[in-house]
Amino acid sequence: MAIKVLKPGLSTTVQDLGRPGYYHIGIPLSGGMDRHALAAANLLVGNAEGAAVLEAVFMGPELEFTDDTMIAVTGAELPPRLDGEPRETWSSFKVKRGQRLSFDFLKKGARAYIAVAGGIDVPVVLGSRSTYALGALGGFKGRKLEAGDELPVGATGTSVKEGRTVDEELRGLPKAMPTELRATPGLYWHRITDAAGQGFFADTWKVAPEADRIGYRFKGGKPLEFVPREPPFGAGSDPSNITDACYPYGSIQVPGGTEPIVLHRDAVSGGGYFMVGTVISADMDLIGQLQPNTPVRFVKVEMDEALAARQARAELLAKVRSSLTSSP
Amino acid sequence: MQTRFSFGGDEHIFAEVGDSMSLEAFFKSLFITNAVRDAKIKGVTEICPANASYQVKFDPDLIKPDDMLAELKRLDSAAEKSEPVIATRIIEIPVLYNDPWTHETLMRFRERHQEPDGTDLEYAARINNHDGIDAFIKAHSSAPWFVSMVGFVAGLPFLYQMVERRRQIQAPKYLRPRTDTPKLTVGHGGCFSCIYSVRGAGGYQMFGITPMPIYDPNQKIGYLRDFMCLFKPGDIVKWKPIDRLAYDAAVADVDAGRFTPVIRNVSFSLTEFNRDIDGYNRKLEGILHGN
Repeated sequence: MAIKVLKPGLSTTVQDLGRPGYYHIGIPLSGGMDRHALAAANLLVGNAEGAAVLEAVFMGPELEFTDDTMIAVTGAELPPRLDGEPRETWSSFKVKRGQRLSFDFLKKGARAYIAVAGGIDVPVVLGSRSTYALGALGGFKGRKLEAGDELPVGATGTSVKEGRTVDEELRGLPKAMPTELRATPGLYWHRITDAAGQGFFADTWKVAPEADRIGYRFKGGKPLEFVPREPPFGAGSDPSNITDACYPYGSIQVPGGTEPIVLHRDAVSGGGYFMVGTVISADMDLIGQLQPNTPVRFVKVEMDEALAARQARAELLAKVRSSLTSSP
Repeated sequence: MQTRFSFGGDEHIFAEVGDSMSLEAFFKSLFITNAVRDAKIKGVTEICPANASYQVKFDPDLIKPDDMLAELKRLDSAAEKSEPVIATRIIEIPVLYNDPWTHETLMRFRERHQEPDGTDLEYAARINNHDGIDAFIKAHSSAPWFVSMVGFVAGLPFLYQMVERRRQIQAPKYLRPRTDTPKLTVGHGGCFSCIYSVRGAGGYQMFGITPMPIYDPNQKIGYLRDFMCLFKPGDIVKWKPIDRLAYDAAVADVDAGRFTPVIRNVSFSLTEFNRDIDGYNRKLEGILHGN
């Protein structure tokens, strides 16, 4: 069983839940940017939650299947069509040998997840099938898909019935506008003035065009004002420079104090820019669904709120899991 | 040295050993991260030493953030008492300084540079008070460098020069980062040199290029068959200036699978190093060349 890539879309990659353990040598976690949608797509077709799927950004690919199978599309509202016939997102549907899957224009969100029963069976590299394109590592030949690629699909363990769906309230997508991203202040927070710190959380920012798997850039807020200092040896002279250090996932660096960048799953692991804080783990999935120009506010939270939000996010996936296991 | 701790969201603890770079801060970071690894703390998923700081990523479902912080503080105070001696490797890296490929690239991005009328080497030589690029290349390649951090992208080493601070090379990064850097470029920014493991964006001054791959995701290259990245923090690097003929020969050797890097095991003592820096470096060079 294989999937033939007729058109690759804008940037379609193979992703699973990622590759922990190698960040100390600059190899990031990678994996789906919206892990909730990725896991739900897999559950819909009867896969393990962390099976490899396709992550498509803004524009869907065109695919042909060499055998009968079951698939599901979750995440962004990127409406699928099978041989031209519309199909629902967040639902499992059958595909016959030789049928073609294509997509309409994106309606909402930014990243769609296409799961196929059995999972995409590219080789496991350092414990994961995820693509890390910057390092030409993992996924399909270490890169995004191209026309003519043929993706191997694993054997299916279980078969599930067509038409299983995930309720709208369990999809975990950003709701209100501006989208709120909760963050804990910290890291090099002390490098900016109190007024700048308050302004950072009060301003409405917009997603800049440079927004990808490495990081999301935001613009439109006030530039940050720094506390005066003597540059420490090794840091560089710009007030936003630090002695090159590690970057947490979700950390918000602000080069030159002007445009914040939130690092995501293909993060550069370290560098010389100061960071004001970190987006909490529960809100990382939301970032991957933001389109350019979306208004965003950073909301200051403490650790107990971050942990409660993490718990709520886990419960959301648990509900998806139980809703689907009770309907085989 | 008082370590400053901060949470990075609910999954990271960031620890700044020193806000400026020093070998003392780097050694402390290396010792603590080794101790964290040895302690096998439940819930720890990533342990990342850096130049003068480190980071631990953990799963807060398995260990409470405050308990993780308490563990790190305990290991931090133990690291203060440990003897700064490490068993490590010294690796010789051939470099073609002033090569045609980084020259082409630096000309292409000249409008992003502090000194658009010169080259990166000329600029770095002047601001570091060296009499021309030959004297600068000698200063860059005569003393060894510590791998003080691996990261940014896969397998890229940050290197810290093993000389007194007043002799350390410093250079600002480009005014705006380049969108392109040749693979295996030897660069420099702040007080750190680096080797770009892959082609891509970069902001460091470009001095030359090495024929010796340091990252191979396909693990086809002999010395990268065991692991795809060459460097670990704590490795010592000695640059060996080569000419174009030697560069071409080394590239051909890499392609034919014949290239064998010069790597020796050494023990490094920070206390002894600080007592006589030049003498200690001569000893290291002796070990590298089998003396």
